[in-house]
Amino acid sequence: MTDTALRPDAHDAHADDTHATTTGLSHNKMGMWLFLGSECLLFGGLISTYMLYRGRHSGNLGPDQIYDIPFTSVSSFVLLMSSLTMVLAVSAAKGNDERNTRVWLVITALLGMTFVGGQVYEFTTFYREGLGFTTSLFSSSFYTLTGFHGVHVTVGIIMLLALTLMLRHRRVPGDKAEVVELVGLYWHFVDIVWIIIFTLVYLIPA
Amino acid sequence: MSERSEQIVTTAPTAHGDAHHEFTTKNYIVVALILGAITGLEVAISYVDIGAVFIPLLLILMAIKFFTVVLYFMHLKFDNRLYSLLFYMGLGLAPAVYITTMLTMHYFG
Repeated sequence: MTDTALRPDAHDAHADDTHATTTGLSHNKMGMWLFLGSECLLFGGLISTYMLYRGRHSGNLGPDQIYDIPFTSVSSFVLLMSSLTMVLAVSAAKGNDERNTRVWLVITALLGMTFVGGQVYEFTTFYREGLGFTTSLFSSSFYTLTGFHGVHVTVGIIMLLALTLMLRHRRVPGDKAEVVELVGLYWHFVDIVWIIIFTLVYLIPA
Repeated sequence: MSERSEQIVTTAPTAHGDAHHEFTTKNYIVVALILGAITGLEVAISYVDIGAVFIPLLLILMAIKFFTVVLYFMHLKFDNRLYSLLFYMGLGLAPAVYITTMLTMHYFG
């Protein structure tokens, strides 16, 4: 497998578009940061709702009784390490190393899949123990918050795998290193949201 | 890992010309290990009764992890300040809005 430069050459029209902005900054990257800022409001709402309703449950199906902290800790560690592999993918992309970029992207996707698999297992276990979506306000807010996060991780995995295939088939237009960086920003955001969820939802008792 | 992936990543200077920093693969691994260690510490203290400092300590550790990822993995520390502004606007607005909402619903009372 040969290494191919990820950055466009001097004659690439897309590259010129990237830098021809009034601020001298990439509009794509600015748009991604703005999007991530707006995502803070989405997850802020979901976390606040959970905090309001986490005490609204019946019997022994509350957060202190049902959470499996060791299992969730391992999932959290896996997601945290996926941020490392993602930043290594970005690093490889900036170093024009296409092969390692793809390798790190695939490893990141696999770690993401492990996390989502763990979440599916956790949801299934909770459901079997009697905690359905409509069982209580606690369960509704818990499933909505962690479910939304899980959907974000899943979208991230799709982006990672699609980007890997697009790099393989040379279908990424413009500055390829920047595209990898943008996907990386989204992935890291998913990780920092989980950092908050892990502490506020799982570790701090209700 | 090939030689290329060990290359130093140099972020582009900002419009202010003040952000030129070099980060290597080794640096990233060290940051990840620190994050892993903090996660381990968080889990460990959740099993120990340390009294009133329990929640503030967990929140501080959470904040350290959060900003470590944002500043080093997302490169916000070395990138243009406009990106920071866009992100921190949302990050600041969210707790402001929702803490106000929770206050109106007497969550803290």
